[in-house]
Amino acid sequence: MSTTFKIKKGLDIKLLGTAEKTVVDLGAKKFAIKPPDFAGCFPKVLVQEGDEVKAGTQLFYDKYRDNIRFTAPVSGKVKAIKRGAKRRLLEVVIDSDDKNEAIDFGKSDINSINKDEVVDKMLSSGIWPLLRQRPYSTIADPSLAPKSIFVAAYDTAPLAPDYDLVVHGHGDEFQAGLDILTKLTNGKVHLNVDAKKTTSKVFLNSKNVQINTFSGPHPSGNVSVHISKLDPINKGEIVWYLYPQDVLTIGRLFLTGKYDSTRIFTLAGSEVLKPKYFKSHVGASIKKMVAKNVTKNDNRYISGNVLTGEKIEKDGYIGFYDSMITVIPEGNYHEFFGWILPNLNKFSFSGTFPSKWLTPKKKYKLDTNLHGAVRAYVMTGQFEKVFPFDIYPMQLIKAVLVEDIDMMENMGIYEIDHEDFALCEVIDTSKTEIQSIIRKGLDLMRIEMS
Amino acid sequence: MKALREFIDKQKPHFEKGGKLEKFYSAFDAIETLLYVPDKVTTAGAHIRDAIDMKRTMITVFISLIPALLFGMWNIGYHHFLSLGESPDHWTMFFYGFLKMLPIIVVTYGVGLGLEIVFAQIRSHEVNEGFFVSGLLIPMIVPPETPLWQIAIAVAFAVIFGKEVFGGSGMNIVNPALTARAFLFFAYPSDMSGERVWISEMADSFSGATPLGNALVGNFDNMPTQWDMFMGYMPGSIGETSTLMILVGALILLATGIANWRIMLSVFAGGYIMGLLFNLWGLNDYMNMDPLSHLLLGGFAFGAVFMATDPVTAAQTNKGMYIYGFLIGVIAILIRVFNPAYPEGVMLAILLMNVFAPLIDHYVIESNIKKRLKRMKIAIKN
Repeated sequence: MSTTFKIKKGLDIKLLGTAEKTVVDLGAKKFAIKPPDFAGCFPKVLVQEGDEVKAGTQLFYDKYRDNIRFTAPVSGKVKAIKRGAKRRLLEVVIDSDDKNEAIDFGKSDINSINKDEVVDKMLSSGIWPLLRQRPYSTIADPSLAPKSIFVAAYDTAPLAPDYDLVVHGHGDEFQAGLDILTKLTNGKVHLNVDAKKTTSKVFLNSKNVQINTFSGPHPSGNVSVHISKLDPINKGEIVWYLYPQDVLTIGRLFLTGKYDSTRIFTLAGSEVLKPKYFKSHVGASIKKMVAKNVTKNDNRYISGNVLTGEKIEKDGYIGFYDSMITVIPEGNYHEFFGWILPNLNKFSFSGTFPSKWLTPKKKYKLDTNLHGAVRAYVMTGQFEKVFPFDIYPMQLIKAVLVEDIDMMENMGIYEIDHEDFALCEVIDTSKTEIQSIIRKGLDLMRIEMS
Repeated sequence: MKALREFIDKQKPHFEKGGKLEKFYSAFDAIETLLYVPDKVTTAGAHIRDAIDMKRTMITVFISLIPALLFGMWNIGYHHFLSLGESPDHWTMFFYGFLKMLPIIVVTYGVGLGLEIVFAQIRSHEVNEGFFVSGLLIPMIVPPETPLWQIAIAVAFAVIFGKEVFGGSGMNIVNPALTARAFLFFAYPSDMSGERVWISEMADSFSGATPLGNALVGNFDNMPTQWDMFMGYMPGSIGETSTLMILVGALILLATGIANWRIMLSVFAGGYIMGLLFNLWGLNDYMNMDPLSHLLLGGFAFGAVFMATDPVTAAQTNKGMYIYGFLIGVIAILIRVFNPAYPEGVMLAILLMNVFAPLIDHYVIESNIKKRLKRMKIAIKN
């Protein structure tokens, strides 16, 4: 194993409600694929309400890249096609028939299969969208070859799922998935593991890939951090990335010929009574998961982690790329003199609250209160402490705000994703929405460059 | 507590758009958010946020100023009674200084916050907390005998031309508090320097010159000991004399992470190294002064800790901060020793570097961009 990359800058936000390492079957009835999960996708629907579908049946496709198809994760009936403002497609909901019938795309010999066959099979079965590219975090372009592929085998976000548990006992599928990935690039497939947390033999004994070790606080598990250390992106270069459960899905497709969208989800957060792992399929409804398992407060349900996840309803669906649900309390209350009192129980990265000094190891129950109001940028040098890139975060944010394309490019916008700015957003004294700003910048660059 | 909240909620509609007191919304909002942290929740991006906000940041700076402020009050009284040849107890001295200081603080906040609220309303902003600190900084960097009307005009000038014309807190080029000080310095020079202004209601026979004032005219006989300089037993601007109390403030700022240590450290380093260089040169008595004394005298420590570190007007890149701070230290001592008109150079050095900070940042960022382009060229070659 190569040397460990030590990431020093960052912050581990310690939250209450870590999931217990037991997996139970969720038995969800409803599933949904949500087109807004796919950055830059213009969906065109292929099914109607009431249609019978099997796992692998095409539901919609991308208008501008019509070979990219999105398919049903389970068999059943199309229950609803939900649209929002301007008829924007929001959800395609499927009622599961619990039979789990799947279209047979045929088994493959993993050693002899070539790149074109791999791409065709992944596209037609609808698992291609699992592969995403940097820059921009859009679905990978099947006609291109990335200079390398990155698999992050651990997640450093607050309460994140333990991927060791998730892949446990699936070594063959995981290896098959990695082998398939090696066909897609002329460069390396990087499997990145944590120096301490990763102990699973499934990861550590993987073959045909380069295993790299990282250590340090969040965001050391972010793909951008791995890319920046191993194979930085220059203008015009493309890197693909995915996560362990995606590799399993790919492995299963080529081993069995079927789209098996099985996934293990973590339910975590301070408001969950019994945080644990659930086994279900992509896009599962969280209704059963949270029923009688959360406090009676006004809660926020998040598909994903507290830093980058999407807010969903309590009967909403898990996002396509997400492996966890977090439930935290809403913070819609006025707080008397909150800014001036010592406040022993408040979390702050700065030293302005005594908790940093008195109880550095404390686990917090944090709510969604903004703790202040939006201001112009006054403080400087804060973001740099949680941003482990050779990029000037504040100056890049400002370049995006003034939409200076050249400056964004020069300052390294291709090397980052909005999730890398999540910690900056959390600790921002000015309470600005930095991830949205960066996302806009990325979208602007994508449109300008295409 | 609940009654207060209900009262505010009841009054709110009057101040909101369409209400009869719409014109006072900014003032209302300022008071409401002063009493209560708003109930706003995250709508996009990260769902949880740090408990710190601009108000917390500013109150922290405010607290860090208090040791120097209290000492300054005592020091006003101490020198007043010293000049009269009296030595009452410390509380009398402090109370004398407190009464001297209070009108200055009240005028500064009154004028400054009034203007801030007017501008916030015109621009339909919320009132920014920046003046919360500026309003305490300004009284601390003026001589105790400054007429109140001059302070009022200087504060108005600083808020309008130092800050609001650029767009308010966060957008200004030069430090507003120092803008006020510079305005006083150039507009009313006779009230800002010389021997008469540093000691409040001084007896006529007493020499009230500051150590730096004496040094400028080559009088090194009455220099306080370094211990007195460090403790602050000398006449000067109200809050700047006690290096010890300023260092207590610095400790608070650094521990809370509000001020950047890079700037503080490099200002002191710049000043010390410049002092050493002068020692080597050694043409006159002033050049031969112990570099440490330079750091303890005048507004050097105050400027390094509270003024140079203003994040808005300082260099904003970590590398830039070293250059920015170092040059402030160097230029401050340079002006002190060489300029025959100005006994103190810290204010001018900081204002000058405020103007150059964006340029420093520009070159730091250029070097980052060049590194990125170089990496790309290597990648293309392979």
